[in-house]
Amino acid sequence: MTAFGEHPDRSGRDLFAEAGLAALEDAGLTPDDVDEVFYGNFVGTLSENQGHQGPLMSEAFGSTAPAKRIEGACASSGLAIREAARVVRNGEADVVVAGGMERMTNMDTAGATASLAVAADALYEVRPGVTFPAAYALMARAYFEQFGGDRTDLAHIAVKNHENALVNDHAHLQTEISVDDVTEAPTVADPLGLYDACPISDGASAVILTSDAYAEHHDLDAPVAITGSGQGGDRMALQDRDSFAKTPATRDAAQEAYDDATVVPDDIDVAEVHDCFTIAEVLALEALDLYEDGEAIGAARRGETTRDGPLPVNLSGGLKAKGHPVGATGTAQIAAVAKLLAGTHPRADALDSPTVGLAQNAGGTVASATVHVLEVVE
Amino acid sequence: MTDTSDSTFASFLDAIEAGNPFYLTCPNDHGSLPPKRICPECTEQTLSKESLPETGEIVTYTNVAVPAPRFRDDSPYVTAIADFGPITLTGQLQGVDSDDVQIGQTVQLTVGSADGERFVAFERP
Repeated sequence: MTAFGEHPDRSGRDLFAEAGLAALEDAGLTPDDVDEVFYGNFVGTLSENQGHQGPLMSEAFGSTAPAKRIEGACASSGLAIREAARVVRNGEADVVVAGGMERMTNMDTAGATASLAVAADALYEVRPGVTFPAAYALMARAYFEQFGGDRTDLAHIAVKNHENALVNDHAHLQTEISVDDVTEAPTVADPLGLYDACPISDGASAVILTSDAYAEHHDLDAPVAITGSGQGGDRMALQDRDSFAKTPATRDAAQEAYDDATVVPDDIDVAEVHDCFTIAEVLALEALDLYEDGEAIGAARRGETTRDGPLPVNLSGGLKAKGHPVGATGTAQIAAVAKLLAGTHPRADALDSPTVGLAQNAGGTVASATVHVLEVVE
Repeated sequence: MTDTSDSTFASFLDAIEAGNPFYLTCPNDHGSLPPKRICPECTEQTLSKESLPETGEIVTYTNVAVPAPRFRDDSPYVTAIADFGPITLTGQLQGVDSDDVQIGQTVQLTVGSADGERFVAFERP
């Protein structure tokens, strides 16, 4: 992956070229080896006035293999990795690139805010002024009302994820923050403040999936496998859901992924979850059945999801500190979990011989969700 | 401005403005909002209009400090989700001080407008 951050003067194709070539080099493969490309992107048609990005991005890393752009808001490359895994497991391809790219900072804040909002219902949510932070603020207040918790609980999540990112040189924000910094930051949409929100980032990520037979035949170093994949859906607009404090799309995706991998939540050693806002990490951990409903709000505060806790969450820094170039996030999570399991991530030292990891990626207010289980290959 | 025009959504707003708000209902009494051709709960395709209760109750809200660009001159503003019984709606709460909003408060429907686009809004009865 590229460093996530502000790259307003670099084109999307240049960003994706860097990520794709790095992934191929890491895998010991060349562009000619690639059978198919699945590329996630959310607002490239708005930010770069560029459609038909699949072949453009493939060409950028030297391939003319069949390519698809997949859009699912912030879950775009979670969907890409799911499709990539599907074609490899079905035996339709041996070497597949899954990745994503987003450019956001070439637009001003108003432009980025307006672009991110298109993940919501244009008639019933965007029109009355629901921004992306506002949508999660509506969920956060509903969660507090139903289960309790407060801004300080959420602040501990931000502090944790910032701390995790301090050694991640690909992270957008490598700054240590305190609980007071978070609770005293300017309000974006209450109860969420500036430090409850992920930054607006540019960046690209890519991973290479190969079949077991191909990896074995070509003697590739492939220490981690995707063993479970799941996707869930929900009504698009928040107002049409039974609860604003739960995300059943993630629950459905998780159940499918756990069943697919034949694991249970207790087996998970490390997780990267979609913390676009601090409250989103809480909602994810509960929907993943890693916590009971109403219990994950205090997980970071109690030190359970910190890097020295029993279940480290978002050791990469998460979206919160690593950054959130929307279309690149899902595959960046997969890359982080794979490196954590393989022992090559800068925060891998937080884990003691991990064997099972999980990545959860969500779109909009979780009308789309993907969950992938990764395991160390024995 | 992006065109998101839809004639049935426009008629929904027209009805609010006329003081006769409606929702869609299926033979199994599931409420939904236009435009719909199928009940999202049970997939019944026979949908009819019913009068919407005049007031709803705020179930969650947020005071938006960093506004959507169309509302840059109106920030901070409050968006809320209110339960009207058969359906639940998202709207901008108008004419109310943001410090004076609470879950459980009663609101009624109105229609707001920004940059020439109308939207669902709430006000105190």
